[in-house]
Amino acid sequence: MAKKRGAPPEVNAGSMADIAFLLLIFFLVTTTIGVDQGINRKLPPMQDEPDVPPINKRNILTVLVNMNNQLLVNEELMDIKDLREKAVSFLENNGDGTCSYCEGSKDITSSDNPTKAVISLSNDAETTYETYIAVQNELVAAYNILRNRESLKKYGVSFSELEYIYSDPASKSEYSDKELEEIGDKVKYIQELFPQRLSEAEPKRN
Amino acid sequence: MSKFNKKKSGDMPAISTASLPDIVFMLLFFFMVATTMKDSDLMIENKLPKADQTSKLFKKEFVMYIYAGKPSERYQSTYGSNARIQLNDRLSNANEIQNFVNAERASRNSEAERYLTASLKIDKDVKMGLVTDIKQELRKAEQLKVNYTTTQGSVIKK
Repeated sequence: MAKKRGAPPEVNAGSMADIAFLLLIFFLVTTTIGVDQGINRKLPPMQDEPDVPPINKRNILTVLVNMNNQLLVNEELMDIKDLREKAVSFLENNGDGTCSYCEGSKDITSSDNPTKAVISLSNDAETTYETYIAVQNELVAAYNILRNRESLKKYGVSFSELEYIYSDPASKSEYSDKELEEIGDKVKYIQELFPQRLSEAEPKRN
Repeated sequence: MSKFNKKKSGDMPAISTASLPDIVFMLLFFFMVATTMKDSDLMIENKLPKADQTSKLFKKEFVMYIYAGKPSERYQSTYGSNARIQLNDRLSNANEIQNFVNAERASRNSEAERYLTASLKIDKDVKMGLVTDIKQELRKAEQLKVNYTTTQGSVIKK
């Protein structure tokens, strides 16, 4: 017989690199590095006539953004970098002294307590989205600062972390139902300390 | 004769390329892990604004994407230069959002539907008028969970 017996011939792996390159190029072309993060917000449900209970003027922080992307906070021109601080001091002002966890200045011309404090945001139709996001970001940051502070004090974990675990559908597989329920209770407790009352007005059309 | 004559002169030995596949595979795995699939071609400019109070979006099966921005240069002759909304692969008007939301819902099972979030990928130069239109349509479609998708960074310009 002419055929050699014994060890089988080695498979030529020289084209492996080519195949891998092909795959690599495919992934390089079809993919984008994920930028999938952002500010989570909940829109208010559609209502024909929302019944607004009367709110005392001192409990409202009005934020107006005009077509030139300038900010007017409580009738005062303000720079975006001061907004966060202003919102924090407004929220935990604690004017009526009922809020035991607040560290505010108890100014009687500002909000009574965090559960009553409302931030009202309205923007012009010509405002750019970038400014809108910046304002949203600063206001959400103000709530986050306060909530994280209380959450760290009470549970040793930041609120943002708790909330993410609670709302992520993927945590179902990582945590038991009981654990998730506990986390949910914590989230709700902190949310009640500083309820996010951030209302957005319909934009003016001109 | 002596030890030193052993060295062969002339031909260089071939460089071994046996580890090339390994290197390429390493790169391949990096890109596979670090990237997400692009699902639709963008016909609009889409520079996202910056924010730092962000949270990560959930898995893709729970997210629908709504894009908005100025049509990119090669589409400007057909679509003009006003900011437009893009749903899936085409430029749309605000009144098509409700149908889009319903279609997205129908393509998911009822379990995922509860978590469904609308990711708004809006160019930073878009005017709020259009954004408000999108929001109103989402409210009408009762798609209340939204995520203003941004890139990471400080909002304060230096």
